[in-house]
Amino acid sequence: MNIGILLKEGPYNHQASDTAFKFAEAAIRKGHKVDAVFLYNDGVINVTRLMDPPQDDRNIAGRWSELSRTHGVEVLACIAASKRRGISDDVLIEGGTITGLGTLTDIAIRNDRLVTFGD
Amino acid sequence: MASMEFEENNVKKIMHVMRHAPHGTIYTYEGLEMILIMAAYEQDLSVVFIGDGVYALKKGQDTAGIGIKGFAKTFMALDGYDVEKLYADESSLKERGLTEDDLVVDVQVMSAAEIGRLMTEQDVIIHH
Repeated sequence: MNIGILLKEGPYNHQASDTAFKFAEAAIRKGHKVDAVFLYNDGVINVTRLMDPPQDDRNIAGRWSELSRTHGVEVLACIAASKRRGISDDVLIEGGTITGLGTLTDIAIRNDRLVTFGD
Repeated sequence: MASMEFEENNVKKIMHVMRHAPHGTIYTYEGLEMILIMAAYEQDLSVVFIGDGVYALKKGQDTAGIGIKGFAKTFMALDGYDVEKLYADESSLKERGLTEDDLVVDVQVMSAAEIGRLMTEQDVIIHH
């Protein structure tokens, strides 16, 4: 099955980022294709490389970067939501892209499922 | 003809679910921004208002005191974007002492069961 993910919450404050990541990992392990993770609302904060958590904690941005590198999952941040929150190409992780809501529409149309994480 | 058929088959039913009060969080406002963009893609869009989401449509909102731009009027513009399927949950309105007359746009008031049935028909559901 082809799956798109929509993540609407920022990292650490909310577990949605962790759950979305675990879901993506599990889906890939089961042989599904995770096409893209689209970040909206505070979700765009997931892809700043300025993130620097303590060493014994997970690096949420780094994890998305790794998922993109190893499994070709597109990690996309909404441009309007990013601009509000100071996320720009200057701070973007490797594998991340800033794009428009039209891309989310395409993701919703072309995949078998769009799975949303957030409040 | 074949290409037209393909296009018709390619139209997805996408439902947006508004569940939060218009202010207090950004979910409803950014949700509305998403709907306005998606409206340009000629999909079968609908918007359903449940829980505190029904407050987003309440007439007479005045946001001057919180220093945040109001956007109730933008819901009135959805019609112009061909987003005409607006639904509100009957019990959510009732619990909040609201009727259709209190809302800035015409909505179809439905029971939770009817909304649930509509949800099962969707290809995509996005909650805000």
